Amino acid sequence: MLAKRIIPCLDVKDGRVVKGIHFLNLRDAGDPVEIAAHYSREGADEVVFLDITATIESRPIILEVVKRTAEEVFIPLTVGGGISAVEDIKQLLASGADKVSINTAAVKNPGLIRESSKKFGSQCTVVAIDAKLQKTGLSSDICHLTSDGKWEVYIDSGRTPTGLDALKWAKEVESLGAGEILLTSMDADGTKAGYDLELTKRVSESVDIPVIASGGAGNLEHLYQVLSEGKADAVLAASIFHYGEYTIKEAREYLRSKGIIARN
Amino acid sequence: MIAVIDYGMGNLRSVSRALERVGGKIKVTSDREIIENADSLVLPGVGAFSQAMENLDSLDLCSLIRQKIEEGIAFLGICLGLQLLFTESEEGKCAGLDIIPGKVKKFSFKEPLKVPHMGWNAVKKVMSSKCKVMEGIPDGSYFYFAHSYYVEPQDEIAVLTRTEYGLKFTSAICQGNIVGVQFHPEKSADMGLKLLRNFIEHR
Repeated sequence: MLAKRIIPCLDVKDGRVVKGIHFLNLRDAGDPVEIAAHYSREGADEVVFLDITATIESRPIILEVVKRTAEEVFIPLTVGGGISAVEDIKQLLASGADKVSINTAAVKNPGLIRESSKKFGSQCTVVAIDAKLQKTGLSSDICHLTSDGKWEVYIDSGRTPTGLDALKWAKEVESLGAGEILLTSMDADGTKAGYDLELTKRVSESVDIPVIASGGAGNLEHLYQVLSEGKADAVLAASIFHYGEYTIKEAREYLRSKGIIARN
Repeated sequence: MIAVIDYGMGNLRSVSRALERVGGKIKVTSDREIIENADSLVLPGVGAFSQAMENLDSLDLCSLIRQKIEEGIAFLGICLGLQLLFTESEEGKCAGLDIIPGKVKKFSFKEPLKVPHMGWNAVKKVMSSKCKVMEGIPDGSYFYFAHSYYVEPQDEIAVLTRTEYGLKFTSAICQGNIVGVQFHPEKSADMGLKLLRNFIEHR
């Protein structure tokens, strides 16, 4: 049976990893290539690079990082951040990325999803959705909101609300040819209190393509919860792995002990 | 020299690097003469079947690939490169290279299984197969898949491995000098590299 995937995500700025990485035995703990290789050795199922500089001037830097990664790392690599045109996608794939993750540009120009999936295939076209619970009505009473919550899609790194309903948008990107959805809960992100299970479950049930859950991982049980109750196909996590709180191997073993199919 | 055939269907960098990593001397090419002189062929590829056949056709490579395979060249097809070997595909009702009799079908499930079949899945060997490309790879090892179509060979004897996803589909074939894998060895970490090394050493 298909295994659930564990995917560490690296924020990359000007070719360097942003958040401190606390591993021993790395020559250069700021080099995304070394860290990706480390995660691959540990048994990560994929690696994601998020280019948070992503200005036009910085494009050549991330392409170089992707090229070096493709020389060393033989698991799938997804790259996101600052992709606005087919040419960006083409360059990343030609440099050795296996998938690209499109966020803001997908909302501004949904045709890009169709074009990418037609030209390069659905399997390499990931759409990232940043979703936030809309606080309508009695917004002070948070407890009531989650039961019939509606999530709004945000773009520009979470700065700009779009008025799009996250569930509807998820279905639309699927029909446009996206092969996967990388779903981040803006409410859970950075809390370390667990993934947004309801959001993830609702999105996962409303589409037929895989959903990667992101935002909120604080311990291994959180991974388990979102893969079981949240019906996610994969989990993305950053800090719990970067700070050495858990190794990928520990995560896999924990999930397997709970009856989740993970790679052996 | 291994010719990695470049026909405009996806990035060939990973495949090339992985083959080099395990000692392969490669050339990424669509040049007939280089392909003519190669001692092995690798046909990678992701994307649409019909587009792939169109591209091979316009590069005038279809009959050359058929001819080289008939002559006994060591051949490895990966993902779409496996599917193209078959008679026809449901994708665009398109004819393939027709080297292995059989069909390429789309996953279609009533149960809630996602398509594409994307991620790591267990690969189980068909014990009767004598093919050496899986040698030293434990039965049930996980490989990375990303596809919506799967192959169905007419003749069971060609089946090298099977994988379960809603049904037990053929995840690798081996017939004489031809090996084809639905998964991506170049993305399957150590076991993937092992398979590529086997291909190079036993060809």
